[in-house]
Amino acid sequence: MSNLLEINNVTKKYGEFTALNNVTLNIPKGSVFGLLGPNGAGKTSLIRIINQITLPDSGTILLDGESLESSHIEQIGYLPEERGLYKSMKVGEQALYLAQLKGLSKTEAKKRLKYWFDKFEIGAWWDKKIEELSKGMAQKVQFIVTVLHQPKLLIFDEPFSGFDPINAQLIAKEILQLRDEGATIIFSTHRMESVEEMCDYIALINKSNKIVDGKLDDIKRQYRSNTFQIGLKTSNSKEIETVLNQQFEVSPTDYRMLNEGFTANVKIPENESPNGLISLLMKHGELQHFLELVPSANDIFIQAVHKNS
Amino acid sequence: MKKLKLIIRREFLAKIKNRSFIMMTFLSPLLMVGIGFLVFFLSKKNDENVKKIVYVDEYQLFSKDDFEDSKSVHYSDYTLLGIEETKKKVEAGDYYGVLYIPKKDSLEILANSIEFYSKDSPSMSVIGNLESKVAAKLRHLKLDQLGIDSEKIKASRISAGIKMYNFSGEQSSKLINGLKIGVGAIAGYLLMMFVMIYGTSVMRSVIEEKTSRIIEIIVSSVKPFQLMLGKIIGNASAGLLQFFIWGIILLLISLVSSYVFGIDMTEVQASKLSPEQIATMKAAAGNGEMQKVIQEFFRLPLVTIFILFIFYFLGGFFLYSSLFAAVGAAVDSETDTQQFMLPIMLPLILGVYVGFATVINDPHGPISTIFSMIPFTSPIVMLMRVPFGVPWYEIAISMALLLFTFVFMVWMAAKIYRVGILMYGKKPTYKDLYKWIKYKG
Repeated sequence: MSNLLEINNVTKKYGEFTALNNVTLNIPKGSVFGLLGPNGAGKTSLIRIINQITLPDSGTILLDGESLESSHIEQIGYLPEERGLYKSMKVGEQALYLAQLKGLSKTEAKKRLKYWFDKFEIGAWWDKKIEELSKGMAQKVQFIVTVLHQPKLLIFDEPFSGFDPINAQLIAKEILQLRDEGATIIFSTHRMESVEEMCDYIALINKSNKIVDGKLDDIKRQYRSNTFQIGLKTSNSKEIETVLNQQFEVSPTDYRMLNEGFTANVKIPENESPNGLISLLMKHGELQHFLELVPSANDIFIQAVHKNS
Repeated sequence: MKKLKLIIRREFLAKIKNRSFIMMTFLSPLLMVGIGFLVFFLSKKNDENVKKIVYVDEYQLFSKDDFEDSKSVHYSDYTLLGIEETKKKVEAGDYYGVLYIPKKDSLEILANSIEFYSKDSPSMSVIGNLESKVAAKLRHLKLDQLGIDSEKIKASRISAGIKMYNFSGEQSSKLINGLKIGVGAIAGYLLMMFVMIYGTSVMRSVIEEKTSRIIEIIVSSVKPFQLMLGKIIGNASAGLLQFFIWGIILLLISLVSSYVFGIDMTEVQASKLSPEQIATMKAAAGNGEMQKVIQEFFRLPLVTIFILFIFYFLGGFFLYSSLFAAVGAAVDSETDTQQFMLPIMLPLILGVYVGFATVINDPHGPISTIFSMIPFTSPIVMLMRVPFGVPWYEIAISMALLLFTFVFMVWMAAKIYRVGILMYGKKPTYKDLYKWIKYKG
């Protein structure tokens, strides 16, 4: 079994409104899976179905090969987009309560909480009320509560919103470590650039339909345009521009070279090696910058939406 | 089940740790008793202020014996001064008022020509007292005129008390009936208060979870239905706890106060009753009627009343608080709740009104019977009827209907609840709520 989660032909309607239209997704075990799409695309609806907060109108979901049932709740950790804790409850009490709701025994929950509180150096907050903490502090508590019961599947909705850069990095490190320890991670976000680097697989969702999914590298290869960003130190920009224009598609670029010279985006024909372009450039000056423009998830999303419509 | 227990425990603790719960529980009985004492002492203080009343009796009918001084009223005879002079004197001096008994041809005319002058309008009890004194004297005189020996009349005065039985042999009397009304009314009223206070508390707790956004975390661990149920049970337990604490505190206070302050309860009552009433009361006490009332109280089906109180409290509370929970889930803030609160409050208030209006007059009449069957009013109305003895099959029907409705309402409320808790923004209409009920899953 290589997929932890298999979502087959899931459809969900709220009255007239279709939130998910026949969505099929496979989420491989031990991967970081990016569920990407703009606001209102249906990401949260899908997550709520996985969490059994709502039921799909049709379609099936398998977790580790088993049809989803209520006991599976204990194998899932969920950090919703809208974070929140009981404001007037004490941090420790609250963490214990939420952990027990996920099926941990009190003693086990205490032990694990101590580990995490020590790790994040927040042991002193145990007896504080949530309303006394800053937003960032409360987010840390919330993260701990999400992962405490060591779920197989971790779902983070907009994982880094609300964290300052330092804490976001800390959390990202912890998430990757959990992945290395065997957990499967789903990131759901509309800010695609924020999670792209961490994802092994992605699925793009737009207007309740899945438009693209698969291994991130494969998708990128599929959507690459063989365009290279170049920077050439030369005193004769005009000449090189004419030469390039004869052979390739050339467009302006936003790359800023430190030395005076020529910059451009150059698209080479498919199945042609970039070596030809490099040797051509070397004849006309000193090559300082050469970079393939790999499409970002954002670019892929825009292209895919265009292609589908 | 384990999770439900966890939720109940949290909701219960969250409720009873709340400062307002602690205040309500421990301060309000003290406050109630305190205010009671304050009123009692103030009215006693008020009575200690001696009122000087003078009378001008042109007929010379009354003697000092007829106007016996009491603790709070002193009488003096100013007949010799004449009414005009006395009036002036009273107006200028520290007097309460003048009773003027003019000279008339017959006692009948006199009876309606007696006048009372005072600076401020006199208190009802003072006038009532004077009237009864005058009437007693005039009756006495009339009897003499008619040549009837008033001693014989006194001897012939017989008070009748019809003893009432039902066919199962239970004895009752007017006093005992009053007792039953009291017990039923207190039980019904308490139930309404608790449902309102703890129902809104359930609602607030739902809104709090919604606004603090923790709701999505909780419902990813437990079913919304479990959460709703846990909340309702947790709050009901807190309510019962408060109820028991109040009972114990009131019991302690009444015990302690009767020992320490030595307040004689008959004195409290006597201050409000006319001498005749006191006389009947004393007579009643002499006949052991008071003890009988106390005996009767313990012969009321107290265990049944208690069990039914708990049943109807829980049934009514579950019924209403599931509605309160649904309202809490449907809105984003407490200010938006009013539109939905009215239809919930109405049957509760109706129950109390119907109870007070019909059960007291006719506990087994058609209206009280019907309203003690309708599940939304039955907890209150039935509790008021129970002390009068309700046939078991009526109780059974009423309980079954309540159970059935409560299961149905909890189911329906849970449907609204599970959709509502995740909805933010637009305030829903009744049409939206209906749509939510029909949503699958």
